Amino acid sequence: MSAKVDTSLPLEYQTEQDRMNILGFWVFLGAEIVLFATLFGVYGVLYERFAGGPTHKDIFVIKDVMIQTVLLLTSSFTMGIAIFEMRRHNLKGLITWLVITLALGAGFLFMEINEFIHYVHEGATMQTSAFLSSLFVLLGTHGAHVTLGIGWATMVIIQLLKRGLTPTTARKTFIIGLYWHFLDVVWIFIFTFVYLKGLVA
Amino acid sequence: MGIKWDEFFITGDPLILGSQIAILLTMIGAVAGITYLKKWKYLWTEWLTTVDHKKIGIMYIISAVLMFFRGGMDGLLMKAQTSRPEMEFLNSQHYNEIFTTHGVIMILFMAMPFLIGLMNVVIPLQIGARDVAFPQLNALSFWLFFSGAMLFNISFVIGGSPDAGWTSYFPLAGKEFSPGIGNNYYAVALQIAGIGTLMTGINFIVTILKMRTKGMTLMKMPMFTWTTFVTSILIVAAFPIFTVALALMTFDRLYGTHFFTVSGGGMDMLWANLFWLWGHPEVYIVALPAFGIFSEVIATFSRKSLFGYKSMVFSILGIALLSMVVWVHHFYTMGSGPAVNSFFSITTMAIAIPTGVKMFNWLFTMRKGRIKITSAMLWALAFVPCFVIGGVTGVMLAMGAADYQYHNTLFLVAHFHYVLIPGVVFAVFAGLYYWWPKMFGFMLNEKLGKWHFWLFVIGFNVTFMPMFFLGLNGAVRRAYTYSAESGFAPLFMLSAIGSIVLAAGFAVFCYNIYWSIRYADRNISSDPWDARTLEWSTASPVQFYNFAKLPEVKSLDPFWHMKKKNEGLTLHDSEIEEIHMPSNSWVPIYMGVIFGIAGFLLVFEWHIAAAVAGIGIFAGLIIRSFDYNEGFHVSKEEIHRIENAWRKTEGEVHNHVS
Repeated sequence: MSAKVDTSLPLEYQTEQDRMNILGFWVFLGAEIVLFATLFGVYGVLYERFAGGPTHKDIFVIKDVMIQTVLLLTSSFTMGIAIFEMRRHNLKGLITWLVITLALGAGFLFMEINEFIHYVHEGATMQTSAFLSSLFVLLGTHGAHVTLGIGWATMVIIQLLKRGLTPTTARKTFIIGLYWHFLDVVWIFIFTFVYLKGLVA
Repeated sequence: MGIKWDEFFITGDPLILGSQIAILLTMIGAVAGITYLKKWKYLWTEWLTTVDHKKIGIMYIISAVLMFFRGGMDGLLMKAQTSRPEMEFLNSQHYNEIFTTHGVIMILFMAMPFLIGLMNVVIPLQIGARDVAFPQLNALSFWLFFSGAMLFNISFVIGGSPDAGWTSYFPLAGKEFSPGIGNNYYAVALQIAGIGTLMTGINFIVTILKMRTKGMTLMKMPMFTWTTFVTSILIVAAFPIFTVALALMTFDRLYGTHFFTVSGGGMDMLWANLFWLWGHPEVYIVALPAFGIFSEVIATFSRKSLFGYKSMVFSILGIALLSMVVWVHHFYTMGSGPAVNSFFSITTMAIAIPTGVKMFNWLFTMRKGRIKITSAMLWALAFVPCFVIGGVTGVMLAMGAADYQYHNTLFLVAHFHYVLIPGVVFAVFAGLYYWWPKMFGFMLNEKLGKWHFWLFVIGFNVTFMPMFFLGLNGAVRRAYTYSAESGFAPLFMLSAIGSIVLAAGFAVFCYNIYWSIRYADRNISSDPWDARTLEWSTASPVQFYNFAKLPEVKSLDPFWHMKKKNEGLTLHDSEIEEIHMPSNSWVPIYMGVIFGIAGFLLVFEWHIAAAVAGIGIFAGLIIRSFDYNEGFHVSKEEIHRIENAWRKTEGEVHNHVS
């Protein structure tokens, strides 16, 4: 399959199966949108039910949230560069930018875990109130997605190192790229509807 | 959390003890039988690791029939308990568990897999494809469904069944009012099966969008393909909501969060909304494919094209759209207010319009047709009046104000059984009789089929018709008994008698399968019904690569026109090319097993052990990621040999329709 490459198409779109995998992943992202929309809906219903526990203003630290946001938005940008390098068939550039992306993602995750520890120290646990239950589950679901993305992308990097840039590895890289950008989009909504809204409320 | 061994096996109930012994004996019998017949290798290579959509479909159907038996036994137990006033056959707790598992099993582990099984067998054939878009993912879907189903089913012998109803409303379903582990089974088993269903939805969307054979535009797709496509979209739109709802339920029950508990600021109505936001579309996820099956069966046995094809397509889309905006009609009486209730009344009633369009289309398809009364057609014919009763009572229930009278009574229970049994069960029977020769190369016995039909349909009506009147007289649902003074006794008895007739119909169906496997004529053509769509243009049972040469489509009902014009039926030697097929894989069944183990440990709240099993899930994902197996090629010689065998000619492969 890798013998004849149609140069008019990007590497990840070479075979019918690759094209179907990418479409299938878009449909999966549609399901992910519904999943996060539901979590946002739940948060929207419960976000002022403090049950005597801490409120948004008591626990949110805007500086840390800004750092998290910058880290994740930058990682989406570097993921874009990685895919750009892939299109230029530059394997070394691709892997370098993927590793940078994952480092930024890991930084984001580190900040988020610290944030959770900070909340718990403030007496704001998942069991304290409905508001905090929905907050932890919404943020936690996003964080779990980032964690999974880091593990997944690591597997793809290993395959790129072992097999080089083939239509199959290119397709896998492209799909993890889509996934990563999706997480970024979700974060923008979290930033707006959880943190900004919470701080101005 | 300490390990609660004392809660492990359910003891002290003779019914359950009997089941435990029966399960044990069945398992020993199965293992011994397979070992004695030396079939382990066959089972493993041909079935358990298969990625062939036809075999996966058959496994879905076998599982669904088994689950039909389980759910049906639950139904019979309920009918036995309510057959007479003040009956003491089941206690209230046992009754609660049985109506809960009856509902869950019939909807999620019988109706859905039965339909998904038929889709799996038929859809790639109808669109002229060699498989679904993601064959290995398809196997994973099956094994996740199977794992979830088994996990749910063992609940009644190990740890206790869920008992808060199939809707599992909070606060009843929460830890406070359901302290055992029964409802953990609900949350975890449905989650595992739901992931499988979501994957099926994605798979079929891509399959139908990308794998249609040359010439098959969207508006030339058979109706079953259309309904499957729209159903798949509904699955992708609705199942993630259920995923979230079940996850939040798990958090509430296992980790003490406050989503649905009233303490801590949670909202029990949030569960009701999330549940029905998924649950109402779910009704159409099972109904739409059934409508597709009836469309195929009615067109074939009326020997006419489906009347009003375009209006059928638009009514499917309309129903799908409306199904997403009616969920509040499940809780009119829970204080939504008149404006909200009015909105949901109107959208609910509006569903009758596209459904009515479909009804008339089926009737007009039969008009002036040369109707052949086969078993499959009988189911379709009985569907029309029975489903109309369900539909009309549905419009009665749709009126928010009137619902204050009907809600929580057996009237409602009768209504949805009148919708779901004709609308889904009749359809899967019709589909099974219709496509059985395609799957196995012989027919089910028509005479036994008619016994099955009459017993089942009469039994169904005798069981559920009295429940309309019981409900209007004030008999409430989910009550395990009633007093003699209520005057309900005769109708309850009639209903119980009906359920025995219904069960007899099912028994004849099982006997029919047994009889046909042993004695049915194997010498049938590949097209025994003189059918219209592409699945009949290939061998019965279908060769593993489906089509030696992918067919070309020029119109609706392509195979019918191929036969009429006698073109495209012959295969020339020169047209045979190598075919690429995917290899079997052990990863899907491994994932099913490991998900089942992790789920089981989670149900018992043994968190550390569950986490260890969770590592096994990630190991499976990593193994899959590093799997570069590209499948294999079927040689020209082998294709030639297989095609010659069923086209029954020497040398050149020939015309196969006599």
